[in-house]
Amino acid sequence: MSNKTDSNVYTLLFAIGMVVVVGALLAFVAQTLKPTIDENKRIEKQQNILYAMGVNENDESSAIFIADKVVGAEFKKYITKQLVITNKTNVEEDAQAYLIDVKKEQAQAKEGKERRLPLFVGEKDGKTYYVAPIRGKGLWDAVWGYVAMNEKMVVQGAYFDHKGETAGLGANIKERYFMDDFIGEHLLDASGNFAGIAISKSNGDPLNKDKTDNEVDAIAGATITGDGVAAMIKSELKLYVPYFKTLKN
Amino acid sequence: MGLLSKKDRKLILDPLADDNPITIQVLGICSALAITAQLKASIVMTISVIFVLGLGNVVISLIRNIIPSKIRIIVQLTVVASLVIIVDQVLKAFSYQLSKELGAFIGLIITNCIIMGRFEAFALGNGPWKSFLDGVGNALGYGIILIIVGFFRELLGSGTLLGFKVLGDPINKTGLYAIGYENNGFMLLAPMALIVVGIIIWVQRTRNKALIED
Repeated sequence: MSNKTDSNVYTLLFAIGMVVVVGALLAFVAQTLKPTIDENKRIEKQQNILYAMGVNENDESSAIFIADKVVGAEFKKYITKQLVITNKTNVEEDAQAYLIDVKKEQAQAKEGKERRLPLFVGEKDGKTYYVAPIRGKGLWDAVWGYVAMNEKMVVQGAYFDHKGETAGLGANIKERYFMDDFIGEHLLDASGNFAGIAISKSNGDPLNKDKTDNEVDAIAGATITGDGVAAMIKSELKLYVPYFKTLKN
Repeated sequence: MGLLSKKDRKLILDPLADDNPITIQVLGICSALAITAQLKASIVMTISVIFVLGLGNVVISLIRNIIPSKIRIIVQLTVVASLVIIVDQVLKAFSYQLSKELGAFIGLIITNCIIMGRFEAFALGNGPWKSFLDGVGNALGYGIILIIVGFFRELLGSGTLLGFKVLGDPINKTGLYAIGYENNGFMLLAPMALIVVGIIIWVQRTRNKALIED
C-alpha cells in the first residue's frame, strides 16, 4: 500500500506550504526585532566614536564602552560637529553624519560616483579630536574602526572591530593592548606626506616608544588581519589629508 | 515518582558520557575545533545548540507523520536553518555585543552534524517529549565537551577564563608570568582543539573499557 505522503503532488504542496510558513515566521521575527537591532547598531556607532576619542569605561586592560543608557547624552555633550566632506575639501555639517554607511560609500566610489566622508569633531578636556570611520578587509571578512586624530593627524585614540576574525588571533585587533599602541602615532611622515601606520613584525620597537616611525607592533599569528588593518588605515585616512591641510592653513 | 522516568533520564544522561555525540559518535567535530578558543563562545554555542536541537527535535517530531520522505532532509535543514536565524536575530536584538563576538559561530550551528543526526535518528521516530529530552541531552553532551575544550584552550592559550586574567598579567609579568610562564599560542589554533578532544576520548575510554572497540 503506497503512502499518501509519497505522491509528487503531496510533496510539492508540502514544500510550498513549508516555504510559506517558514518565510512568514522569519519575516515576522525579523520585522519585530528590526527596530531593536537598528537601535543597537545606532548606539554602537556612537559608542565607537566616543571610545576612539577616549570617552569610555576602560579599566586597566579591558576595552569597555560607556553604557547604552547614557551614550545619547554623552554623544551630544562631546561631539560638537558632524561633518561630511565631499570633493576633498568641501565640508558640510550634518547631524546624522554618523549614520552614513561607509561600506555603501566605498561601493559608490568604486562605481566612479562621489564618496561622502564623515568626520566627527569632538571636544574633551580642552582638546579637539577629529574622528574618522574606516573600513577594510581582514582575513575572513570585513574589519572596521574609528580613528581619532588631532589637527596634525597624530592619532589620539582608535577603536577596531571585525566581523569574523579568528578568536585569540586576528580578533585581538579589538583588544586594548593593540588599539592603545596607536595612540600618539603619526600618520604623516617627517616631510608631512601621508604614510599611514604599518603593523610590523620587525620594527624593533615592541614597547612602541617611537611614535614617529609609522609602525606599531604586530599581533602574533594574525599577519593577514594586521596587514588588513594597516591597509585600511592607509587607504581610508589618506582621503582626509586634503581636509586636514585646510586646518593647518 | 520523579519528574522523569528512568527511560527519560537515560535520554538526557547517556549523551553526557557513554553516548556522547562528540567523543563516542564523533559528530560535531568541526564546530568543536572552530569555536573553542574562548570559553564564553563555547558556553553561548552550547546554549544556542540546546535551543536549536531541543526545539528542532520537537518540531520534526510533531510533523514526522506528514513529512514527505523524498524531501525529509530538506525539511530538516529548513527547520534547523530557521531556528538558527531566530537565535541569531534574538541575540542581535537582546545581546548585541555577544552576538557580535560570536559572529559566524552561530551560523555554524547549521553545519552541526549532531542536529541533523538527531532529527534523522530520533525525532522522526519518536514523540515530541522524548524528542525534546533527546535533543537537550545531546546538546548538553556536545556542550560539555565544548566547555572542557574551551576551558583548557583559553586558560593555556590566553591565560584567561571568560576574559578574566587568572594566571596573572603577561605584559607586566605578574602571577605565573613572573616565574617565566608564557601563554601557549598553539592552544589557540584549531589543531590543538583536536588534540584536546583526543585526550578527552583517551581519558574516557581508559576509565570505561566497554567503550573501547575491538
